[in-house]
Amino acid sequence: MSSLNRFFTSRWRPIATGIVVGVLAPILVKLGNPGNMGVCVACFSRDIAGALGLQRVATVQYIRPEIIGFVLGSLGAALVFREFKPRTGSSPLVRFVLGMLAVIGALVFLGCPWRAYLRLAGGDWNAIAAIVGLFAGILIGIVFLRMGFSLGRNRAAPVALGWVMPVLMIGLLVLLVAAPLFGAKDASGNPTGPIFFSTTGPGSQHAPLWIALGISLLIGFLAQRSRFCTVGGVRDLVMMRDSHLFNGIVALIVAAFVTNLALGQFVPGFDKQPVAHTDALWNFGGMMLAGLAFILAGGCPGRQFILSGEGDGDAAIFTLGMIVGAGFVHNFNLASSASGPSPFGPAAVIVGLIVCVAIGLAFREPQTA
Amino acid sequence: MSEIKTVDARGLSCPQPVILTRQALDKKEFPIQVIVDTGTSRDNVTRMAQSQGCRVSVEAKGDQFVLTITKE
Repeated sequence: MSSLNRFFTSRWRPIATGIVVGVLAPILVKLGNPGNMGVCVACFSRDIAGALGLQRVATVQYIRPEIIGFVLGSLGAALVFREFKPRTGSSPLVRFVLGMLAVIGALVFLGCPWRAYLRLAGGDWNAIAAIVGLFAGILIGIVFLRMGFSLGRNRAAPVALGWVMPVLMIGLLVLLVAAPLFGAKDASGNPTGPIFFSTTGPGSQHAPLWIALGISLLIGFLAQRSRFCTVGGVRDLVMMRDSHLFNGIVALIVAAFVTNLALGQFVPGFDKQPVAHTDALWNFGGMMLAGLAFILAGGCPGRQFILSGEGDGDAAIFTLGMIVGAGFVHNFNLASSASGPSPFGPAAVIVGLIVCVAIGLAFREPQTA
Repeated sequence: MSEIKTVDARGLSCPQPVILTRQALDKKEFPIQVIVDTGTSRDNVTRMAQSQGCRVSVEAKGDQFVLTITKE
């Protein structure tokens, strides 16, 4: 393959991934996922936290096969293309905290960057404030990057480390299929848990398991190949004038918009949007926190799951921080609802921003250039 | 013979390999050697250097890639 050919092919990869996500996410909604939530890495992490009993809000509990598929699809691509490289050691504890902070911000908005773009493409104009907030968070993160921010280097790890996250995902798949019930008995003597599935609310709305898994395996595979990143795209455009990944974001939005139109799912407006609220300030603030946390961790939440599939133990720790953090978000009553932010969400966002700024200022890697 | 400027970008998260390489490019002391250890960093650094009008040759060395950046 000529170098020109190679360049052309690679240039199209994020766009192709964006189109595939943009088409398949609204189809997942059509097949049963909540509105404008064909894919939401934050919401799905929250639902998994609920299914595992880390939070007990009865309407948001389900083991989302999409998350499992992302990791295993990425693993497949990494193995096929010899990019499976187990590695860890780049401030994993800080990454866990960043994962927790990111999910706080995301659940004050009610969506990750993927869902922010999907909500926009579905006509939910509340996403505009969130996307502006996301970009603001990214810009703050860029300031820290320019000041030399770094969580330090990872290093090669034993092969087994790279398999931990995929095995955890297979474990989740087994729990999803088996849905065991042998936990503590309720008042009427029936066992509850350890796995909880919603019977009402967003957690009860889901596409058929094997279709969702198949679609997400494909997305995981493509995202690994294309390095698709819904935060890195904005970062690279601003920092390097490089639109390579940003084109993927645009492709996602356009493809999702067209698909929503075709499926009759484009409903423009602010009010009564699915799993959304209309408080622009905290849609902005929540995603500013999330954007900053993602930038400091090196990529959007989807990208973190993809990296965890190719053996990046630090990215895996970030995703586990998101899942555990999502448990805290609901147990501490920080998550927003359709009626707006909780009384405690905005304060948590402010604290989260302060912690992110402290992390941004505190971590440096000696320059080697 | 002068020593080749080397940027060790192994183990760094995005976009630090690109930032460090860019800083080295700005000093215009070619050739510049960049060592990375993921396909992502290899592609990102290559794309950025090419966008700056540089030539990049990539050599795989075990689990690592050595990128040699020259200016025409």
